[in-house]
Amino acid sequence: MKTLLLYKNRDFDMKQDLPWNEQMLVQDLGLNVVFDAMAKGDEFLYDVVYKVVLTSLYDIDEILYRQDILRDCLKNPSVVRTIYDIAVETLENEKKNFWSIFSSYPSSILHSSIELMYMYVDMLIKLRKIAEENFYKFESEGFKSLFSMLQKELNDEYIETVKAHLKELKFENGVLISAELGKGNKGINYILRKPNEIKQSLIEKIFSKKTTAFTFYIADRDESGMKALSELKDRGINLAANALAQSADHVNGFFKMLKTELAFYVGCTNLYEELTKIGEPICFPVPLSAENRRHSFSGLYDISLSLTMKKRVVSNDLNADRKDLFVITGANQGGKTTFLRSIGLAQLMMQSGMFVAAEKFSANICAGLFTHFKREEDDKMNSGKLDEELSRMSDIVDNVRKNSMILFNESFAATNEREGSEISRQIISALLEVGVKIFFVTHLYELSRSLYDKKLDNVIFLRAERKPDGKRSFKLVEDEPLKTSYGEDLYKKIFKDG
Amino acid sequence: MVFQSILFLNADDIANIDLSNEPVFFKDLNIDQIIDAITFGRNEYNLKPFFYKSPNDIETIKYRQEIMRDLENNELFKCIKSFSEKFQHMREDLKQADKLYYKYQKERWFLDAVNLYVDAVACLANDLSQIDLKSKGFIVFKEYIFDYVKSDLFMSLNNATKKLEEDLSSVKYSILIRGNSIKVGKYESEINYSHIVEETFKKFKEGDTKDYRKKFSEYTDMNHVEAKILDLVAQLYKEIFEELDDYCIRNSHFIDDRIGTFEREVQFYMSYLEFISKFKDAGLKFCYPKVDSESKEVFDYGCFDLALANKLISNKSTVVTNDFYLSGKERIFVVSGPNQGGKTTFARTFGQVHYLASIGCPVPGYKAQLFLFDNIFTHFEREENVNELHGKLEDELIRIYDILSKVTSDSIVILNEIFTSTTLKDAVFLSKKIIDRIIDLDLLCVWVTFIDELSTYSEKTVSVVSTVVPDNPSLRTYKLIRKPADGLSYAITIAEKYGLTYEHIKERVKS
Repeated sequence: MKTLLLYKNRDFDMKQDLPWNEQMLVQDLGLNVVFDAMAKGDEFLYDVVYKVVLTSLYDIDEILYRQDILRDCLKNPSVVRTIYDIAVETLENEKKNFWSIFSSYPSSILHSSIELMYMYVDMLIKLRKIAEENFYKFESEGFKSLFSMLQKELNDEYIETVKAHLKELKFENGVLISAELGKGNKGINYILRKPNEIKQSLIEKIFSKKTTAFTFYIADRDESGMKALSELKDRGINLAANALAQSADHVNGFFKMLKTELAFYVGCTNLYEELTKIGEPICFPVPLSAENRRHSFSGLYDISLSLTMKKRVVSNDLNADRKDLFVITGANQGGKTTFLRSIGLAQLMMQSGMFVAAEKFSANICAGLFTHFKREEDDKMNSGKLDEELSRMSDIVDNVRKNSMILFNESFAATNEREGSEISRQIISALLEVGVKIFFVTHLYELSRSLYDKKLDNVIFLRAERKPDGKRSFKLVEDEPLKTSYGEDLYKKIFKDG
Repeated sequence: MVFQSILFLNADDIANIDLSNEPVFFKDLNIDQIIDAITFGRNEYNLKPFFYKSPNDIETIKYRQEIMRDLENNELFKCIKSFSEKFQHMREDLKQADKLYYKYQKERWFLDAVNLYVDAVACLANDLSQIDLKSKGFIVFKEYIFDYVKSDLFMSLNNATKKLEEDLSSVKYSILIRGNSIKVGKYESEINYSHIVEETFKKFKEGDTKDYRKKFSEYTDMNHVEAKILDLVAQLYKEIFEELDDYCIRNSHFIDDRIGTFEREVQFYMSYLEFISKFKDAGLKFCYPKVDSESKEVFDYGCFDLALANKLISNKSTVVTNDFYLSGKERIFVVSGPNQGGKTTFARTFGQVHYLASIGCPVPGYKAQLFLFDNIFTHFEREENVNELHGKLEDELIRIYDILSKVTSDSIVILNEIFTSTTLKDAVFLSKKIIDRIIDLDLLCVWVTFIDELSTYSEKTVSVVSTVVPDNPSLRTYKLIRKPADGLSYAITIAEKYGLTYEHIKERVKS
C-alpha cells in the first residue's frame, strides 16, 4: 500500500540528498520565510516542506500531478487536515503504548506485534470510512486512487482474514515445526507448519501408513532443558513473528508516508491562507519542457518579501521568448535583487508542484537551479574575495548541466572592472554554449555594454526603472545598460543634501 | 622425473627445511617485516623456514621462477587457492570432530571433512587438466594427481562419501512442542504456515524494513534436548546411521602424503603473489630477475623497499621508485646526501632484491639482473648505549673485522653509517682501510656514509646522492640519483587555478 501523493509512482524519500547548494538557495532566495509561513511553527511540517521544495521535479506531468492534488486540498482543507490528524494520532498511539517489540525473542515479538496490528486495523478502518464519505468531493488522480485503494484493499473480508490469523498465531494447540539435518547433524531449516487437517475416516486412519513417532518430556526441574525447548520453539516461529512485525512496520510506514506527504499539502494550504490574508494573488504556473526558453509572467512578486512586510509588494511583468541570457542593470536599490529572488522562488515553487507568487506564470523547467550572489558580509581583502567567488563558481561548474539555470547577483566585481568583465565574459559565453540559462545582475558596465553591442537575439536587457524625478518604481523594464547606477541618487537620499 | 616437491630439487633441502633459522641480516634489511607480512594469516603452514633457506642453486631458482610464473596465470592461482581453502576447511572440520561429545555429531563432522578432501582433490585434478602449464614442477605434479584420482583407493572413498552425504541430507523430520512434551516423527508434508502468514500480510509491504528475525547463536555442539531429538531421528532412519558408524571406522587415514605436502609448500608461492598483488594494483612493477653467478654487473630499474612500501600503501601514500646499475668494474655504491632522503632505504632495497631473487621470487622493479651471492653481511648503526662511545667504535670494528673474515668474493656487504662515533679524521682513515679490503675482494657493496671522499675513491665506486622532492612534502620516500635533479616552478593565473576559463568550463561541463 502506497499513498502516492507526491509522486504518481513512488514514495517520497525523506532521506534523499538535497542539492549540494541547498543552503545557498535558502540563503540567497530568502526561503526560510516561506518555509516558516508553511510550517506555522510545526517542526515536522518545516522539515517536510524544506525537503520537498528543494527536491525539484523535472517532469511536467509530475508537476501537474501535484498541482491537481493541491487544488483539491485548497478546496477541502478540513477533510485533508482530518486525514492528516488520523495519521498523527496513529503514530502517537504506537509510540505511547508499544515498547516490547524491541525484544529479540520471536515469541515476545510475535505477541506484541499481534496487539499492535489490532490497533492499526482499527485506525485503517477509520481512514477507510473517511475515504468512503468524501470520495465525491475530490477530483485529482492522486486522491482518487488513494481513496479507492483504501476501499479495495481493506474490505471487510480481508479484515476478517487478518483477525483470524491474529488469533491462530497464539498457538493454543502447540507449535509444529519441521527440520532437516545440517552441519554435524544438528537440526536446520526449522519451518513452522500447519498440522494437516484430518479428513480420513477412523478406519482409513488405522490402515494407512503407520506413522511412527516418539515422544519425550522435559523434566520439571530441568531448567536448561526448558530453555532449549523454548529456543526450538522460537526458531520455529521466527519467520512468522518477523512477517507480522514487519507488517506492523509497514502499516506504520504507510501512516508515516501519509503524514509526510500530506504535510507538504498542509504546508501549502497554510501558505495560501496567509497570502490570502495579505491580499496577494497566486496562480498555478504553466511549466514548459526544459528545451524551451521561455519566461513570461505578470504580477510576479517576491513572496519572501511580501511575507516579511505583511503587505503587497511591487510586482513585475515580462514576456521573454527564446532568451538564454537576461542581463539586469540599473539603479541601486532599484529592485534588481528582489526581482532575481522572485525568479528563483517561482522556479523552485513551480518545480515542486506548488502555486507561484504571480497572477500568471509560465516558464521552462530547469535542470538544476544555482545562485551565485555577492556575499556582502565578506570583509576579506579583495583578492581573497575574488578567490572565494571563483571557488564558489567552480563548485557550480562541477554541478551545472545543459538546461540548468544560474542566477548571478553582482558576481566577479571583487576585482577591477576590466578583469571582472573579462572573467564574466568567459564564464557567460562558455555557459551559454553548453545550454545554461542565465540571469545576470551586474554593475560591470564594460561587460553589459559589450554584450549589448553584440546584438544577440537570445539576450534580453532589463533595467531597474528610474523615473525622471529620480524616484524608483522598483519595476524592471526592457532597456539598454546605462553607464551609471545612480549611486548619486542614493547619496543624495541618504545624506539629504541636494 | 617423478614428482617430489613443488619447492625443492635437492632432496637434502626437503629433509632439513624446518630446522632453518632466520638469517642474521634479516633485521637490518627489514626482510623480517616483509616475511611477516607475506606469511600473515598462514600460521598453520609454518612458512617462514621456506623463506629463511636460500637454495643457493641456479637450477632451483629457475624451477621456482617457472612455477611462480605459472601461478601468475590467474586461472591457476584461483584453482590452487580454492584447493587450499578446502584443505584448510577440512582441517578445521577434523579438529572440530575431535572436540565434540555426541557420537553422531562427531561422525558427521568427520564425513564432511573427507567430503571436502575428495572434492578438493578431484576438482584440482580436473582444473589442472584444463590449464596450460609450462613449469616442470606443475607438469609432474599434474601427472601425479591424475594417477591418484584414478586409483581404486580414491574412487571408493569418493563414492562412499557421496552416498552418505546424500542420504543424510534427505532426512526430514518434524517436532510438535506442546507444554513440556516433544513429539518427534517423520515429516508428512504439512504446509508451511510462515508462508501463509507472510502472504496474508503481504499487501502492507513497502520497500525495506527492519529484520526482526532473531539471529540464533549457532554454536557447534548440542544441548541434551537436541541430542535426544537426534537419537530419535536416528531411530526413525536406522540404516543410514548404521552405515555412518561403519564408514568412520574404515577411513580413519585418508590424506595422501605428497598431496598434503604439496598443499603446504605451494603456499610459498601463493603467499608471495598475494602479497605483491597490492603493490601491483598501486601501479608498482615486479619482474623475474636474471640471476647470475658470474657477472657482477647488477641492475634493477624501478625498484623500491618492499617493507617501506608496505607501510606507505596502507597509508595510501605514494611510493617512489629508484634505479640502480653497476657496469664494468663498478662494484660499490657510495651513498651520500641530505638526511631523510632515502639513503638507508636504498641500501635496504639493494639487499632485499638480491635476497628475494635468491629464493626464486620476482623482485620489485621492471627489469633486473642480480648476483647469486653466497651470503649477505650487514652492519647498520643502532642507537645503542650513548654513554659508551668508546665501546661503540670498538664494537663496530670487531663486527666489521668479523664480517671481513667471513666474506668470500661472492658475498654482498651493506654498511650503513658506520664510524659516526669517532672524529672525522679517524673515520676517514678507518673507512679507507676497509674500502681497500672490499675492493681487493671484489665485493658487491652498498655503503651509506657522510664521508664524501669515498665516493670518488676508486674506479669501483659509484656515487649516489639522495635528493628531496621539492614540491610535495607528503612524499616520504625520495629519489636517489647519480646526478642532481632540477627543481620545478609553477605559474598559474587565478582563473586557471579554478578551471574557469572559457575552454576549461566547456570541457568540464561537457564531461
